[in-house]
Amino acid sequence: MAIELHPLDQFKIEPLIPIHIGGVDASFTNSALLMCITVALASLIVIWGSRGRALVPTRWQSLAEMSYEFIAGMIDDNVGHEGRDYFPFVFTLFMFILIGNLLGLIPYGYTFTGQIIVTFAMAAVVFIGVTIIGIAKHGWHFLSFFVPHGVPFVLLLLLVPIEVLSYIIRPFTLSIRLFANMMAGHTMLAIFAGFVAPLLLAAGAIKAFAVVPLGVDILLIFLELLVAALQAYVFTILTCLYLRDAIHLH
Amino acid sequence: MNEREKNDPLREFGERLDKARAAVEGPPDKAPDDAPSTSTALAFGWRVGIELVGAIVIAELIGWAIDKWLGTRPWGMVVFFFLGVAAGMLNVYRAVKGMGGAVGFRPPPPGNAPPAKGAGWSEDEED
Repeated sequence: MAIELHPLDQFKIEPLIPIHIGGVDASFTNSALLMCITVALASLIVIWGSRGRALVPTRWQSLAEMSYEFIAGMIDDNVGHEGRDYFPFVFTLFMFILIGNLLGLIPYGYTFTGQIIVTFAMAAVVFIGVTIIGIAKHGWHFLSFFVPHGVPFVLLLLLVPIEVLSYIIRPFTLSIRLFANMMAGHTMLAIFAGFVAPLLLAAGAIKAFAVVPLGVDILLIFLELLVAALQAYVFTILTCLYLRDAIHLH
Repeated sequence: MNEREKNDPLREFGERLDKARAAVEGPPDKAPDDAPSTSTALAFGWRVGIELVGAIVIAELIGWAIDKWLGTRPWGMVVFFFLGVAAGMLNVYRAVKGMGGAVGFRPPPPGNAPPAKGAGWSEDEED
C-alpha cells in the first residue's frame, strides 16, 4: 500500500467564496480568511486589552501593553524620536506578521506568510514608503544616498551601481527571508509528519519507530514557535532600520 | 512626570512593588546588557545569511532580464554577478558594523540620531 505525501499541499490556495469580477479572479480564499482572522485577532487584543486601563493590568492588558512597549522601544532605539510618527505602521506590520505566523502553526490553519506574494507586497510597501519618506524629507538630496563620500571619480562609476543595486535588493531580501523561513519550517513539519503513517503501517516491531518522527515534529513545533516570533521581529526591525536611513540621511 | 511623582498612591504602590520584587528576585540585576542574547544573535544570523545569497540571486535575475532585453548574452549576467556579490558583501559588512540596513548611511552627527548599537540590534523586551 502506497501513501502519497504532499508536503507542499498545505500552501495551496483554495477559493472559499468564488468571486469573479470582469475576468479577474477575486475569490475569497483560505489565505484571505486567515488574514481577516489575523486582523480581527490583533484588533481584539489591542482594543480589548486597552479597555480596562487598570493600574494592575489583567492578562489582556499586559499583552496589549507589552506589544506596545516592545515596538515603541524598538522605534526609539533604532529610529529615534522622529520615528514615533511611524509607530502605527510599524506596530500594525509587527502584529500582522506575528499573529499570522503563529496562526499558521495551528493544525488545519493556513500560513499566508509562507506565500512570497504576501511577504513581497509588505516589503514593497515598506520599500516604496521609505523611499517616498526619504525624498519628501530631503528632496533630491536623497540621491546623494548613493554616492559614497571622498571617493575618486573613477571609482564612483563602479560604486554607484553597487550602492543602487544594494538598495534595490532590500525589498527582495526582506520578503524572501520571511517567506523562506515560514515555508521551509512548515514543509519540514509536514515531511516528518508524513513519515509517521507509513511506519505505523509497517510490519511488526518497525511500528515502534513511528515515535521518532513524531518526536522530531514535536521539537520542530517549538523551533517554529521561535522562528515565527523571530521572523516577525526581524522584519519589523529591518523596517525600523530602513526608516532610520531615510530620516537621518546625514 | 511631576504630576505623577506627586501622585501619592502611585508612588506608594511603586515602592511596595519594588520591595516585593527585591524580595522575590534579589537585588535588581546588574548584568551588563551589552552581550546580545541568543535569540537576538539568531535573528541577526538569519538576516545576514539571506542578505548575501539574496543579493546574488536578484542581481542575476536583473542581469538575465537585461540580456533578454538587449540581446547581450552573456555579458549582463556576468557583470551583474560581480555587482551582486559586491552589493551583498557591502550589505553584510554594513549590517555587521552596525550601520543599519544602510545604503550610503553615514554615522549621524552626535545628538541627532541614536547611535547604532553593536550590530544594529537592541533589546527592550525586558520591560
